[in-house]
Amino acid sequence: MKTRLSLGQQSTLLSLALFGVILLVWQLATLPETQTLAADVDPEYAALMGGGGASQASSFPTPAAMAQTLWDKLSDPFYDNGPNDKGIGIQLAYSIARVLAGFFLAAAVAIPLGFVIGNSRVFYQALDPYVQVLKPISPLAWMPLALYTIKDASASSIFVIFICSLWPMLINTAHGVANVRKDWLDVSRTLEVNPLRKAFRVILPAAAPTILAGMRISMGIAWLVIVAAEMLVGGTGIGYFVWNEWNNLSLTNVLFAILMIGVVGMALDSVFGVLSKRVAYQE
Amino acid sequence: MATKLTSPFLQIENLARAYPSPTGGDAVTVFDHVNFHIDKGEFVCVTGHSGCGKSTILNILAGLDSATTGNVFMDGREVSGPSLDRGVIFQGHALMPWLTVLENVSFAVKSRWASWNKQKVRDHAMRYIELVGLKGAEHKKPSQLSGGMKQRVGIARAFSIEPKMLLMDEPFGALDALTRGVIQDELLKICAETQQTVFMITHDVDEAILLSDRIMLMSNGPHARIAEIVNNTLPRPRERSAIHKHPHYYPIRNHMVDFLVSRSKQFGALRDAPDAPSSPAVFDAAGLIESEPVAASTPSVGKPHIHLVNA
Repeated sequence: MKTRLSLGQQSTLLSLALFGVILLVWQLATLPETQTLAADVDPEYAALMGGGGASQASSFPTPAAMAQTLWDKLSDPFYDNGPNDKGIGIQLAYSIARVLAGFFLAAAVAIPLGFVIGNSRVFYQALDPYVQVLKPISPLAWMPLALYTIKDASASSIFVIFICSLWPMLINTAHGVANVRKDWLDVSRTLEVNPLRKAFRVILPAAAPTILAGMRISMGIAWLVIVAAEMLVGGTGIGYFVWNEWNNLSLTNVLFAILMIGVVGMALDSVFGVLSKRVAYQE
Repeated sequence: MATKLTSPFLQIENLARAYPSPTGGDAVTVFDHVNFHIDKGEFVCVTGHSGCGKSTILNILAGLDSATTGNVFMDGREVSGPSLDRGVIFQGHALMPWLTVLENVSFAVKSRWASWNKQKVRDHAMRYIELVGLKGAEHKKPSQLSGGMKQRVGIARAFSIEPKMLLMDEPFGALDALTRGVIQDELLKICAETQQTVFMITHDVDEAILLSDRIMLMSNGPHARIAEIVNNTLPRPRERSAIHKHPHYYPIRNHMVDFLVSRSKQFGALRDAPDAPSSPAVFDAAGLIESEPVAASTPSVGKPHIHLVNA
């Protein structure tokens, strides 16, 4: 008897198969290569170059080495042996804290400002050129200015997160607020709803899906930018960890950090996925 | 029906609305010299072709739009903006999709009586939800309701604030004929119970005859006016299944249809004539039947006697 697999089961199987293929290719690519001595090369020179006929392990980590690192790092994520040797949990916590600080500061500015811009054509048109010029600037370009004025590396990276999270939230809030259906506004006008109640009970829920979409984009960008920002400012954080391990030539740790960045990014995004579902409405 | 008081409940004087021309020429006057009044407890329908400015008039009455010239007085006070005294039932129900039925109605109730506690607001809202027959669906979101049910929520919301006057902009235009009939019957019942003053726009001749005390017929725009007023002499209470048997039914209906088909166009030329009537002609079926006894019987020829909802 044939049993049909559900769609979920099929895709899980395919995912696992793909994982197997990746591991296999990875394993094959990192197999120790045995270098046979070329006849016309001076053996002494070859030995000098690290060949010497001996089998040599690839400097790129094998899946097994990677698994070992994963286990080691994740089983003790919060140790602290000084500035250059902290657990991955601590490094990630620094990064997440900076991202959240910058992100919520940006939300505190962007959402009220977006409300004002979305409600007023005059404000919209007055601020539009600024937004258009400031938006395409790479957030890292602000770093020297931030370091000069704020004079604190950690605060500067928070500022960079702030500036990069600001624009998607601002634009989406303004767009969402400006496009609230006229019917709903007319209803609140005929019911003589006061402005504050209208803002929170009508406009905010009506624009919430658009606003949240902006927040989600902002969070995604913020998580991308924090790695680069921390590579620049150093000290703590997952970005610094990556750079530090590159300087240590520990590709295993770099690879491990890359994986962690992906996992945390996914987790942050899924939080907004849940929130989006909660504020979504069907007309 | 309309017994004239010294000062009518709603008085509209010389209302006109002009829009700037899209091509940059002279402003386009949609309607002008619109005068009418509505007495307390009266149900007035207005009908006319698209573009004659019916919805604009309603929006001006609601305070959502403003007239170019003219005034609207309600209860002796000038209407200058939206007010809880005038409830509006919108064409596209205009429910807030993130709120449940109960929350939608409660939102209106809370707007009217801000000092009421939760329980009182809820009880009041529930009373009107029951009135429109939606008990049991109060925790549903609008997206889970049919078109007819959504419009009922709109009706419950408008009635729940107990406005002095109700404004309806083609409230049943988007509903199928059967649902429309059912809701019209309910509206008829609720209006009879509450003695609600209503101003309603409709394109549906039968709907107007079923519901209204008076029907205002508007000529075509631009420069639309209230060309004629029909006194709906059909006695109340009215039954959908029986009204077409009344001798006044077809004279009224034919008069309206004739107006909409032909006279609404001709009025434009008439208006500029030096002897143009300064006030709309009033059609009264009672007078007509007395003078022309034949008129009552002729229209029934070729008319279906089984008259479902809206032919």
